[in-house]
Amino acid sequence: MKTEFNNWLRKGTPWIWINAGAVAISIVMVIGLLMLLAVRGINHFWPKDVLQATYTQPVNGGEPVSTQIVGEFVESEQISVGQIVSSGIPVDESQDFYQRNLIKLGNRDLTGADFSWVLEDYISDVTYPENVVTLERREWGNFYGFLEQVREGDQTIASVTEGANFDELWAEFNARLARALEIQKQIYDIENGAIGEINYQMERLRLEERRLRLEGDISAEVMGEITAAREELDTRYSALQGELQELYAQANRDSAVFHAANDQQTVVSLADVVMAYQANQMHVFAKIGTFFAKLGEFLTAEPREANTEGGIFPAIFGTVMMVLLMSVFVTPFGVVAAVYLREYARQGIVTRTIRIAVNNLAGVPSIVYGVFGLGFFIYIIGGEIDQMFYPEALPAPTFGTPGLLWASLTLALLTVPVVIVATEEGLARIPRSVREGSLALGATKFETLWRVVLPMASPAMMTGLILAVARAAGEVAPLMLVGVVKLAPSLPLDGNYPYLHLEQKFMHLGFHIYDVGFQSPNVEAARPLVFATALLLVIVIAILNLTAVGLRNRLREKYKALDT
Amino acid sequence: MNEMTNDKNADLGGKATSLDVTSALKSSTRPEELDSEESCIEVENLNLFYSQDKKALDNVNLSIPKQRVTAFIGPSGCGKSSLLRCFNRMNDLVDDCVIEGSITLDALDIYGKSVDVADLRRRVGMVFQKPNPFPKSIYENVAYGLRIQGINRKRVLDEVVESSLRAAALWDEVKDRLHDSALGMSGGQQQRLVIARTIAVEPEVLLLDEPASALDPISTLKIEELINELKTRYTIVIVTHNMQQAARVSDYTAFMYMGNMVEFDTTDNIFTNPAEKQTEDYITGRYG
Repeated sequence: MKTEFNNWLRKGTPWIWINAGAVAISIVMVIGLLMLLAVRGINHFWPKDVLQATYTQPVNGGEPVSTQIVGEFVESEQISVGQIVSSGIPVDESQDFYQRNLIKLGNRDLTGADFSWVLEDYISDVTYPENVVTLERREWGNFYGFLEQVREGDQTIASVTEGANFDELWAEFNARLARALEIQKQIYDIENGAIGEINYQMERLRLEERRLRLEGDISAEVMGEITAAREELDTRYSALQGELQELYAQANRDSAVFHAANDQQTVVSLADVVMAYQANQMHVFAKIGTFFAKLGEFLTAEPREANTEGGIFPAIFGTVMMVLLMSVFVTPFGVVAAVYLREYARQGIVTRTIRIAVNNLAGVPSIVYGVFGLGFFIYIIGGEIDQMFYPEALPAPTFGTPGLLWASLTLALLTVPVVIVATEEGLARIPRSVREGSLALGATKFETLWRVVLPMASPAMMTGLILAVARAAGEVAPLMLVGVVKLAPSLPLDGNYPYLHLEQKFMHLGFHIYDVGFQSPNVEAARPLVFATALLLVIVIAILNLTAVGLRNRLREKYKALDT
Repeated sequence: MNEMTNDKNADLGGKATSLDVTSALKSSTRPEELDSEESCIEVENLNLFYSQDKKALDNVNLSIPKQRVTAFIGPSGCGKSSLLRCFNRMNDLVDDCVIEGSITLDALDIYGKSVDVADLRRRVGMVFQKPNPFPKSIYENVAYGLRIQGINRKRVLDEVVESSLRAAALWDEVKDRLHDSALGMSGGQQQRLVIARTIAVEPEVLLLDEPASALDPISTLKIEELINELKTRYTIVIVTHNMQQAARVSDYTAFMYMGNMVEFDTTDNIFTNPAEKQTEDYITGRYG
């Protein structure tokens, strides 16, 4: 028996089990994380059935009052009776646990809160009425109710009470909603396109005038030109303004009367509606369609309602933009430094010290880099740049304030050790024989490096870049100091010269998660968005990384090292 | 075998006894045939240290004849490669390597202060033990040296690539895949490619550092044939472990041992009638 056990030990079976176990646990944890993010995040976009029920909650010293609830079931949990009693609900204390459900009631404008906990035991008459409508609105969150009338101005076009067929009413509503959405799109285009451009040019004119005044060489002629340009912009602006007002009036023409829970009636302007559907009537394909429509909105639209509604496109864009800029800064810088350290510097105590310092830099907490970026890049360099190149804008800072450029540079600084270390290892792996082959043909050291060694080391540089991207894309703490904001008014890349606005603040997925999850006024509404955004951040980083990995594999194939 | 060398050896049948007398002057052995040859590289009193107490070459004197094949033989670590690498200053790449004495290439002091090392290495080409093609196409490998010199005209490059590959007896095998990666070739082809690459820059001297030791017998044979053809145009110095190879390809042979030049003579003399006991022991396989 004992020898058998010893044999088992000697063969290393337990060791193999421990190894395999560690791998299995890691995989399970990673997959579990991704599954959690995926399920909770994606679930948010699935159109859920809307329930209608009567809720009769016992009240201290009096008859219980019945209320009608209409909304989506979100989640349920078990809660001890003591907790319920202490919150002032006199339930039967012989039962130890009660189930309570979180219902999304929507209709924040009518009820004040759009989520409510209800005790399962006091719910009755649960139905899923076919005609209940879910509205996604620009303001006040979701709305659940029954369509009663469609109006144009003060006129009633169709109404259920006047005997109209509900299906016809719904069709009428949808047709008018499509029109309203089309007008909204036009309004958006004008506001963000033409008017944005005019504002931008106005600002440039103002700065131009101020610059000339500061320099003291403003002539009546130039002044006249500026005034003329300004007048022209003003005329264009008022024309657009008129057009906009016309469109707003058009958009607000139609409205609909809804009948919500507890016999409340409300009028909704179609201009306020983003999406409308009858969840309880939809078959699975229609639901899939709506799911993708909502997902598409999430990916491409701008945030609304303090980031708890709408999309996160600016955050995706900002994240990708910043990572790309960081790569542009960090790669040449890290590679050049590594080449000097490995190829030119005399190997000795000094290079060893530098190498240790570089390795340790990778371990400095990122917030420290944030503080450095703020203190050095923004206040010192940015302040100098403003003094020298943008005096006309002062006291408003141009580069002397957090922005995309400084965030990218700070992250480049944060990740440069990784690139240096990876490149150095790559350079060290290039076989001596290849270098000698080049030197023996009359190439100088520089020519050898440039034509043979660096191309062969390029996969290693890509490895460094991959690690840098992985680290930079997930970094949030330093960004809060050097350029990320909760809501940026415009994208850092647009149609206005010089197209790439390095001084602008931007949005970032990582910070967005923090902001939506922990700074939001509406925690319940924001929670699914936290998961969805987190999933998206993971996907964005994975895509950035896979791109770099693909590039590296191509380079590896091209410069695969000689079989040593 | 070079006929001329054979003739000379016949003339010098009884030279062994006279060499016995001078054998005390090991490092300055100098075959008389060399007097009639034009010298290409002159080595005088060469000492080489890899570190203060590690002397790799000890007072080496040598005269390498022009347009002949000279072979260095000797046991591992005897300094053959170190000596070879002095001729194109490859030892410069080794930290702490100190060289004393002088080496002249056609009256140019190789270790002189004003020497352009890159230009020297273009004149003294080198092929290494392991084929080391660049991870580029076959064409670019051969064109590399010319591009380094700033020659980028396609017509010139095409011409040189073809003539070099022909000279290295490789043209027929690769002419249809000039733009494929050189790493896809066999070891023997790679080594001939490296030779083609080296002669593309038209060096005066070819240094071959055990060029066939990593190759199979057939590839080795091809390399040896190639050496025989190339020696009409280049001065060739070859380091080899393989004594048959030295006997087959070289006109002159130098035997080295422990950093000393033990004996330098015509190949026939070294292999048939060595003056030194050490040489004889080595050649007959008693050590090394």
